[in-house]
Amino acid sequence: MFFFRACAMAEMTREQIKAVVFDVLGAIAPELDAAAIAPDKPLREQVDIDSFDFLNVVIRLHERLGVDIPEKDYGELLTLDGAIEYLSGRLAERAGRPRL
Amino acid sequence: MLSEVISKPRSGRRPAPNLADYERTRAEFSWERVAQTLSGLPGGRGTNIAYEAVDRHAAGARAGHLALRWLGRNGARRDFTYRELAELTNRFASVLRQLGIGSGSRVFVLAGRIPELYVSVLGALKNRCVACPLFSAFGPEPIHTRLSLGGGAVLVTTESLYRRKIAGLRERLPQLRYVLVVSEGGEIPLTPGVLDFGRLMASASPWFRIPPTDPEDAALLHFTSGTTGRPKGAIHVHGAVLAHYVTGQLALDLHPEDVFWCTADPGWVTGTSYGIISPLTNGVTSIVDEGDFDTERWYAILGRERVSVWYTAPTAVRMMMKAGAEAARRHEFPDLRFIASVGEPLNPQAVLWGTQAFGLPIHDNWWQTETGGIMIANFAAMDIRPGSMGRPLPGIEAAIVRRSGAGRIEVVAEPGVEGELALKPGWPSMFRGYLNDEERYRKCFAGGWYLTGDLAKRDGDGYFWFVGRADDVIKSSGHLIGPFEVESALMEHPAVAEAGVIGKPDPVQFETVKAFVSLKRGFDPGEALRRELLGFARKRLGAAVAPKEIDFLPSLPRTRSGKIMRRLLKVRELGLPEGDTSTLEASP
Repeated sequence: MFFFRACAMAEMTREQIKAVVFDVLGAIAPELDAAAIAPDKPLREQVDIDSFDFLNVVIRLHERLGVDIPEKDYGELLTLDGAIEYLSGRLAERAGRPRL
Repeated sequence: MLSEVISKPRSGRRPAPNLADYERTRAEFSWERVAQTLSGLPGGRGTNIAYEAVDRHAAGARAGHLALRWLGRNGARRDFTYRELAELTNRFASVLRQLGIGSGSRVFVLAGRIPELYVSVLGALKNRCVACPLFSAFGPEPIHTRLSLGGGAVLVTTESLYRRKIAGLRERLPQLRYVLVVSEGGEIPLTPGVLDFGRLMASASPWFRIPPTDPEDAALLHFTSGTTGRPKGAIHVHGAVLAHYVTGQLALDLHPEDVFWCTADPGWVTGTSYGIISPLTNGVTSIVDEGDFDTERWYAILGRERVSVWYTAPTAVRMMMKAGAEAARRHEFPDLRFIASVGEPLNPQAVLWGTQAFGLPIHDNWWQTETGGIMIANFAAMDIRPGSMGRPLPGIEAAIVRRSGAGRIEVVAEPGVEGELALKPGWPSMFRGYLNDEERYRKCFAGGWYLTGDLAKRDGDGYFWFVGRADDVIKSSGHLIGPFEVESALMEHPAVAEAGVIGKPDPVQFETVKAFVSLKRGFDPGEALRRELLGFARKRLGAAVAPKEIDFLPSLPRTRSGKIMRRLLKVRELGLPEGDTSTLEASP
């Protein structure tokens, strides 16, 4: 099951990754209005999440996508664009392909 | 647990700890003597916190010393010497005077950790207003409750916070005369009563003479939460500065050349007492970071800014622990000498983790909004019992007591016995009242003791150990959260019939806010409604206060008198035996 999921994830498009990010964010902060999020601005200035929420976002992204997100990389997840870029890179690495 | 002790060297430490011999310092200590080491307003015109924190340094040899170093969220930095801080706070005091805001008026600040926040609090104190910083992560409801309970006459806030949280509340805040908005580069909506902070500051006088200030004049207002009813506004006076000053030396071991970083937000009492007042009264350099918690960012700040004394919170420590001690050891902390923590009890593993990550144990200490300053601490020169909050500060008498009915208090002399932690009133930073709530204030005192509401025990060597809260107040990420405030917000949703809110034990947050709700007829429990309620509560309360989890129940357990039994909800959540439920109403 896990193997299947990991393979499937590696094929994910940016749109699909974005959907997962919003799904995870939406579970923690359901009040968020996805359409109003500026993808290049810091998420925490647009969605009211505290440090604990942020940690849970990272944990759930890890669970959903099956990629490790070490602490030193948290800075890459500050904006929506940054998060998608970072996650698609990690997924491609997992699949043994060069970054998109 | 008691067998584990972190021993400290007895001599040769540099700089020598301010409190080297606990028993002796305690025996020789007097608040009168501390008062003599502060300046007092020139000409014997009283005591003003802002004068002790800023002006007396600006008038002397420390005028050019770095007072605040502000680190912006996105890499900006601004430095303020004591001289510059004196001028800026004079300007803000002049702004208030020009607006006709007089002594005793409440000046609220709702902003992230930006320089204007610090300038506003200190400037308000100069003008003898009562300063009340609010946590900027609060949602509109907690903000409205506090502004209206506190009768705020002025609010300093930022452009984006004004738009998101304040504009919609204006009509419900008739006492609020002015909102001073700090520009963020956009348009400030100049409706009546809304003024541009920057413009006012630029045209205000840089000169301001602090009017005579009685040490008993109200200075600070900090809201804290109770089990029932609305938040309580604890009032502190200008004379509290004695405690801010001396506890910085004794409990945090501040020395003149220190670079000090208190990570707390001034919206909570720690961020005001130790993020503003204590370091400045001691003339040290204080680091202010606008950014949110981030392990790598924090390690970089500790190293790059050469922080020597660091005061942080257990939740932050536990989040850093998740990244491992290795992550810390990749950085160098050349000047770090002393680490302290406050908010909830620091578990022994976290105390020891400090040693692995920084080569320094973490010193837990204990105090609360009402005490205004650190009351019980693990000191630099004293052995640490990991998991213990330490021993009472010089000038503070603490005891474990039992309420024996009819207002009688029995002191528990026997070590290791659980009871309520109590303090002998009379220290300078003790709160002087709850705003407009004399009765609740009176109830905090009995038999010559201030009753803290925390359960604790004392061991045979005089170290105190936290056990739990005596009431249902939730301790989460270093903040006290009142279940009633959360329940009230949930009750506003049309689907909710009943709400009960508890603190669920959590390895990172200490407790996490969990709500149980029962629904009105016609509403079905399910994921969609659960999310809707979560979002509903978060929009009103803000992420820091809103529940992180919501469960549905057919009905909530109540006492015969109809009160929701939060304790039973908690016991069930934890899967513990339910004990005596004789006062429980049978479920319909």
